[in-house]
Amino acid sequence: MFMRLSSKSLLNRKGSVLLTIMAMSVSIFVLLGVEHIRSQTKESFNSTLSGVDLIVGARTGSLNLLLYSVFRIGSPTNNIDWETYQSISSNPKVAWAIPISLGDSHQGYRVMGTTADYFEYFSYGNKRQLSFSKGKPFEEIFDVVLGSQVAKKLGYSLGEEIVLAHGLGSTSFSLHRNNPFKVTGILATTGTPVDQTVHVSLEGIEAIHRNWQPGVTMPGSSSTNKPLHPLELEPEKITAFMLGLTSRMATFRIQRDINNYSKEPLSAILPGVALSELWQMMGLLENTLRLIAGLILISAVLGLSAMMLASIKEREREIQLLRVIGAPAFYLFLLIELEALLISLISMLLGTAGLYLSLIITRDLLSSNFGLHIGLNILSLNNTLFLLLVAVSTMIAAAIPSLTVYKVAHRGG
Amino acid sequence: MAIQLKDVHFAYPEAPNNSKAPNNSILNIKNWSVSDREQVFVHGPSGGGKSTLLNLLSGILNASSGEVTVLGERLDKMNARQRDRFRANHIGYIFQQFNLIPYLGAVDNIQLARQFSKKNTQSTLFNEIKPLLTTFHIPEADWKKPVGKLSIGQQQRIAIARAMINKPELLIADEPTSSLDQDNRDNFMSELMTLASEHNITLLFVSHDMSLANYFGRIDALAKINSAAEKN
Repeated sequence: MFMRLSSKSLLNRKGSVLLTIMAMSVSIFVLLGVEHIRSQTKESFNSTLSGVDLIVGARTGSLNLLLYSVFRIGSPTNNIDWETYQSISSNPKVAWAIPISLGDSHQGYRVMGTTADYFEYFSYGNKRQLSFSKGKPFEEIFDVVLGSQVAKKLGYSLGEEIVLAHGLGSTSFSLHRNNPFKVTGILATTGTPVDQTVHVSLEGIEAIHRNWQPGVTMPGSSSTNKPLHPLELEPEKITAFMLGLTSRMATFRIQRDINNYSKEPLSAILPGVALSELWQMMGLLENTLRLIAGLILISAVLGLSAMMLASIKEREREIQLLRVIGAPAFYLFLLIELEALLISLISMLLGTAGLYLSLIITRDLLSSNFGLHIGLNILSLNNTLFLLLVAVSTMIAAAIPSLTVYKVAHRGG
Repeated sequence: MAIQLKDVHFAYPEAPNNSKAPNNSILNIKNWSVSDREQVFVHGPSGGGKSTLLNLLSGILNASSGEVTVLGERLDKMNARQRDRFRANHIGYIFQQFNLIPYLGAVDNIQLARQFSKKNTQSTLFNEIKPLLTTFHIPEADWKKPVGKLSIGQQQRIAIARAMINKPELLIADEPTSSLDQDNRDNFMSELMTLASEHNITLLFVSHDMSLANYFGRIDALAKINSAAEKN
């Protein structure tokens, strides 16, 4: 009966209740959304790379290097010489090295030139290695291995031929039309930027750019005319490379050596350190977003309280009536609290459902455009705590109208 | 004795110009009583301490001093919770208007009144409400409609049904006919009087409409009961 009374009373004031619910839903949506995306981004970034001790590229900021080499965000400032790569990777303290060559794309997905070592040594998440859902690593010059999402979105299967485009962006005017690549492998889903990457061998990258002048292919120089040999296609330049060391202890020494490399200016970064730099930078933004979400919530809860308080005036006779039929003043206090709580619960449901829906709609967009892999489990520990906090602050804010009712009830109407 | 007031004095604790308490007059009653099953008509102008008197008798307000005895119980010695309980169990109350929660149906309204009494048993409830609503000529189709959508006459009849559900010994009616037209008023009055005699209920009927006085055996002027009213 208690429940029935409060829910019917709310229904009786549909207009103002609905607006209050909308205001609260929006604020809960923002609050949960900010927290969810914040934690998911962090998790997604942190799990993108593991086991890589150093990332080396042309001299640049550590964040920039990290972002373009691992997250495929932004563009490299410069290339480095193949010889540099060879000389550093021959250091006895280096266990393995993965060269990376970026700059081409396929239907908006970035193409990465690398060696077969990539599939052996690159790991993500909790030291998980890449695995193939279909096929095998590239062997021939014009073999290509697709990230799971590339294959899924573009509907490619093994054996299909694809054409790479020069430069980034999904609508490039200059295609490497003469040298189609054949899909030999498709990687299993990792939830990292690997899923959005098209992997080819360094030789493949070299081959399509041979005789290539920016913007045009030179007439009569099509490289398919004559058979290519891998040995002739040793790359001159690569974009960056990742290093795994034999001993963690050597990391700083090697880093210093690379930073002081005399033949060309290089930067070596520790991915973990660069990431924490990123978080430091994002920290201010995160806290600002949280603060805004919190303020929106406070204003919504105050709005709820104001709406309830205004309704008390209209309901004085109702209160008097309930008193006369024997309702204790405390019952009326609880009635108002329950109404507020109902509003807040409905708003939580709507806010959470809204967030869930918008994540479903935008997650593909986020993952292909920003490399962010946002999960759908909105109700993390933090967010559950936030929802509890919303309920508690509703009760506190509703204490103002509830106490007013209590006083009206005690005075005898 | 159904009601016995002795040296009862009441003043609102709030400041006298508080707008929420339009009736800030002080109540002062030397000695006034109503015997069991008596049907008393009390008349007086509004602002004469009428609401305060009724609030004291129903235990919503507590007297500043003096003895308030209703149905043999000393209300002035009970705490707020006990008075709420007492009111739910023993006193039926009918107002001029707003007797019912407008957005609830007739059945829910009556059920709500039942909830605060000791007879709070859900199982036989509907069996009790059904004959009650039938007695008061409320068509079954209207039982679950929000009462705000029913006619005023119907609403007042449901109000009596609500007041009767807990089988009260004392029924307080506060200008219950003011919002009714002549026909409805006559019907309402005869139903009310029959009900009171049938169920041996003490009836305290407060109104300024002297034309209703002829239904009652005893007629009291509020001004004579309340000595404070003269001074104000």
